Amino acid sequence: MKELSLNILDIAENSVKAKAPLTQIILTETEDVLTIEIIDNGCGMTSDIVKRVIDPFYTTRTTRKVGLGIPFFKMEAEQTGGTFEISSRSVTEYPDDHGTAIKATFHKDHIDFIPLGDVVSTILTLIQGHPDSDFLFRHTTPKGEVSLDTREIREELGGGISLAEYEVIKWIEEYLKEQYQTN
Amino acid sequence: MKSLAELQAIKDKMKDKVVLREGSAQKRVVVGMATCGIAAGARPVLNAFVEGVNKEGLSGEVAVTQTGCIGICQYEPVVEIFEAGKDKVTYVKMTAEKAQRVITEHLKGGKVVTEYTIAAYAK
Repeated sequence: MKELSLNILDIAENSVKAKAPLTQIILTETEDVLTIEIIDNGCGMTSDIVKRVIDPFYTTRTTRKVGLGIPFFKMEAEQTGGTFEISSRSVTEYPDDHGTAIKATFHKDHIDFIPLGDVVSTILTLIQGHPDSDFLFRHTTPKGEVSLDTREIREELGGGISLAEYEVIKWIEEYLKEQYQTN
Repeated sequence: MKSLAELQAIKDKMKDKVVLREGSAQKRVVVGMATCGIAAGARPVLNAFVEGVNKEGLSGEVAVTQTGCIGICQYEPVVEIFEAGKDKVTYVKMTAEKAQRVITEHLKGGKVVTEYTIAAYAK
């Protein structure tokens, strides 16, 4: 992937596919380290499947359930000297508290660090494609914080208006961009 | 500073529009957004369709949606166009620029951009 924001899009698509009502995308930056967390309350995976999703050789061309997305992301973190963790609780084992959490850290000064890129575009793409799912986005840097919660937007709009409507997507884009400019 | 209260204005403005729109999309643009599509550049292609369809005033008749892996990863970004009563058209190796042409010539003009279709590439 050319931008880490594309990995975020790719992994969050898995959360939506896991029927997560809420997917949280939390970016935390210090001067040297970028931490990306993607946390959902979807159907989760059993420990057996979790082990497989990080290994591309287990997963390609058997079932089409999992693919290269997670191995890519893990590699991109580790090539900067960073870390990658995934944990999951399947709905069958934990009916009241299930979902998947991914956390990766990146050393920003490493030569193999891939830039974060257009994360606003990733958030807009997720909302446009999945207007009935909720997303919580927070990006904290040493300078400030950018955040968005589609649950608040949904509440403000009331029922009947899809978050995928052009006017709504445009508003969210400006809302995020303005926060990035002032932070 | 933008505030969530501004959404109220959008809500009021949209009310009539949404009623008009319900179930009226005759054409569906589907962009593949799995790992293969995203890595190949599907995100700007999707955005080009979202922007272009609105700009050309087609949002009442064209719905832009996303899907997972279509199964022809080597041709990504792949865009499929569905229209009632017509065969599905599959565009391959798409870019934002190509999307613009598909919007004006195919979605607006009704003429398939043959050179971007899978049939033209697979030869």
